[in-house]
Amino acid sequence: MGSKYDVLVIGGGNAALCAAISARRGGASVLVLEGAPKFYRGGNTRHTRNMRCAHDAATEILTGPYTEEEFWEDLLRVTGGQTDEVLARHMIRESKDILNWIVEQGVRWQPSLGGTLSLGRTNSFFLGGGRAMLNALYLTAERLGVDVAYDAEVTDLAIEDGMFLAARLKRPINGETEIRATSLVAAAGGFEANIEWLKQYWGEAADNFLIRGTPYNRGSILKMLLDKGVQEVGDPTQCHAVAIDARAPKFDGGIITRHDSVVFGIVVNRHSQRFYDEGEDIWPKRYAIWGRLVAAQPDQIAYIIFDSTVVTSFMPTLFAPIAGQTIAELAGKLELDPAALEKTITEFNAAVRHGTFDHTILDDCVTEGITPPKTHWARRIETPPYLAYPVRPGITFTYLGTRVNKEARMLMADGKPSANMFAAGEIMAGNVLGKGYAAGMGMTIGSVFGRIAGREAAKHARN
Amino acid sequence: MHGTRTLDEADRLMTVCNSCRYCEGLCAVFPAMEMRRAFSDGDLNYLANLCHACGACYVDCQFSPPHEFNVNVPKTLAVARAESYAAYAWPQALSGAFARNGLVISMVAALSMAAFILGFAALNERGVLFGVHTGPGAFYKLMPHNAMAALFGAAFLYAVLALVMSVRAFWRDIGPPIGGRADGGSIFQAMRDAGELRYLHGGGVGCYNEDDKPTDRRKLFHHLTFYGFVLCFAATSVATLYHYLLGREAPYPWWDLPVLLGTLGGIGLVIGPVGLFAAKMRRDPALLDEQRYGMDVGFNAMLLLTGLTGMLLLVLRETGAMGPLLALHLGAVFALFITMPYGKFVHGIYRFAALVRYAQERRTAA
Repeated sequence: MGSKYDVLVIGGGNAALCAAISARRGGASVLVLEGAPKFYRGGNTRHTRNMRCAHDAATEILTGPYTEEEFWEDLLRVTGGQTDEVLARHMIRESKDILNWIVEQGVRWQPSLGGTLSLGRTNSFFLGGGRAMLNALYLTAERLGVDVAYDAEVTDLAIEDGMFLAARLKRPINGETEIRATSLVAAAGGFEANIEWLKQYWGEAADNFLIRGTPYNRGSILKMLLDKGVQEVGDPTQCHAVAIDARAPKFDGGIITRHDSVVFGIVVNRHSQRFYDEGEDIWPKRYAIWGRLVAAQPDQIAYIIFDSTVVTSFMPTLFAPIAGQTIAELAGKLELDPAALEKTITEFNAAVRHGTFDHTILDDCVTEGITPPKTHWARRIETPPYLAYPVRPGITFTYLGTRVNKEARMLMADGKPSANMFAAGEIMAGNVLGKGYAAGMGMTIGSVFGRIAGREAAKHARN
Repeated sequence: MHGTRTLDEADRLMTVCNSCRYCEGLCAVFPAMEMRRAFSDGDLNYLANLCHACGACYVDCQFSPPHEFNVNVPKTLAVARAESYAAYAWPQALSGAFARNGLVISMVAALSMAAFILGFAALNERGVLFGVHTGPGAFYKLMPHNAMAALFGAAFLYAVLALVMSVRAFWRDIGPPIGGRADGGSIFQAMRDAGELRYLHGGGVGCYNEDDKPTDRRKLFHHLTFYGFVLCFAATSVATLYHYLLGREAPYPWWDLPVLLGTLGGIGLVIGPVGLFAAKMRRDPALLDEQRYGMDVGFNAMLLLTGLTGMLLLVLRETGAMGPLLALHLGAVFALFITMPYGKFVHGIYRFAALVRYAQERRTAA
């Protein structure tokens, strides 16, 4: 590592590597500081599997066109309008070229994975998944001459009048050093693994949250930037959360701990009470609300309950369901009150109206006379063994970020663009994604703004 | 659970992988896994033999060690694969040969070569053994052709019988394919997949061996080894036809078909095994089934020995070294044949059977 670089990239995921590669291709000397050890490099990118890019025609791996306008409408719908239209439309336009650019950086595509047919037209999947994508980007970056340091924790940033001067680097072996660079790209993710920070908004409940990514997504760079006068964007209290298996590890369980079985049964809380319409909409449109719903329940735990007739209706799960020959036996294993669970299921079964079951459409299997209702796919739970998955909120990412402009340049609290600080990826996702989510958008934000940030940072450094 | 700890671990991994599926584009193992929700012993042995050990899924996996899920598919399937060879070996009494395979193979090879040398020495005058023999029938001055043909024919037929019986047990254990049955198309597809080593390719980018860079050359060295072996086998077959149909006796001139085939094959059988051995030495220990080191190296050494003695015999066949070299070469080939059903050679047979099964399943699913 030299004493001064043109571009310093803090972070080690998709956005950081796209920035590093793009800056290096722009002629800059580049240093990447990844806070995690090599195996855990890449933040949430490790667990991703696809990217949503606009395209005007079908490709080898995409089944049909996905126009800029359609992408924009999808973004508008999932965010409920909480997006910066200029920035969002710019990103969507740029995403078209990313489909090719990312391949030039060594990443390989494949058709949508088994069980994800609904994404076959809109989303391009990484061959081998997110870690394979990262490996390709790192190999390319290193081949181009980008320096990379792991276990590289940045403990302080020297910023004056919106101008980045230096970063304080702490490493287990080399100790503390100061890294100077002409431009900074902050691509260090959100604070989803920082339980103390989450507690500011969620209170003690946050202790029961499981974090789907690595323990290294602590948001320390985000916090430094906001503390030093960068304008914030996005709701600090919000995070993207899904219901994942309660038996999952505290950190880094990734995608395999998720559950797709909610629509096939009922969900009860610790008091054996149902609390939300399990059949409200097609599952891919609703899976992301269940983390928040479970977070609002006592002890932040809930149980998906179904019977043996639907076991093969959803993807095989990492953890086997907990089984009981009777409702009471199942309740015992879940440490629920058997009488209460029997009552809930008896009432639910009595409320089910016969219809024609079809989980691919909004079918006519409904309940009558119970609250909350189950408005689709309602079928009696009556064929033993009775089965259950315990679930907890699994936190994927946070929305708080740094405000940027179309050049991925950070804006200071007074609205002025920073002279030499850029941001890309989750740390600025809140600009585009005020709330909600649609599959693959995080990677689009990372690659598009990473590429722009790297290019602009190099341009600044070489002027 | 399953019969062995290895299969229990393989089952655990396939359950993890089946809830992830990120690797389904890398090879045949993961698509085959996705056709199942639970895994019998036979299923796991099928998947283990379908794996070509390219290493890509290990490098690409977000849950590989040091992650607590400890997902190491290449290594676990390598161990399961090796254990399956012993489990299906015929006769079962000889399955123990797999446990200390390196020792068994080297003992058999040494004994076999010693037997040929001593046999030649006992049956021939000293002047004949170290004499210079040229022209048609020169080899048969040391060992009559019919004796040679009978001995090697018997060894070859035994190897074929033992392999057929072993693969039959495997085929029965892995059960009927998901929704299909054997047909010519599946066999043809499997021949193509095996012939080009389609799944030793990391999903297109290349294989992994010593680190996380897809720079591995094992595919090339395997091609040299396999096609070298095939060419040598073809050389012997053509020579046999020459002998019985045309009445032409070995040795043949350098430009004749058996010698050309044998020379090309011999070159492959020298370079290929050396390259594979070098790759084995460099391989990331995390991917290596260290218990089976002897088996892998033993078979490699036998192929190299066969190729090397054959090439030397070709070069020195008109000198007094021909007699001893012929004995060594015949000893090596004999040992190679009779140990085939009890060593690494079987990997090709089981993997081919697994590829046939996979082709059936794919055709049915399509």
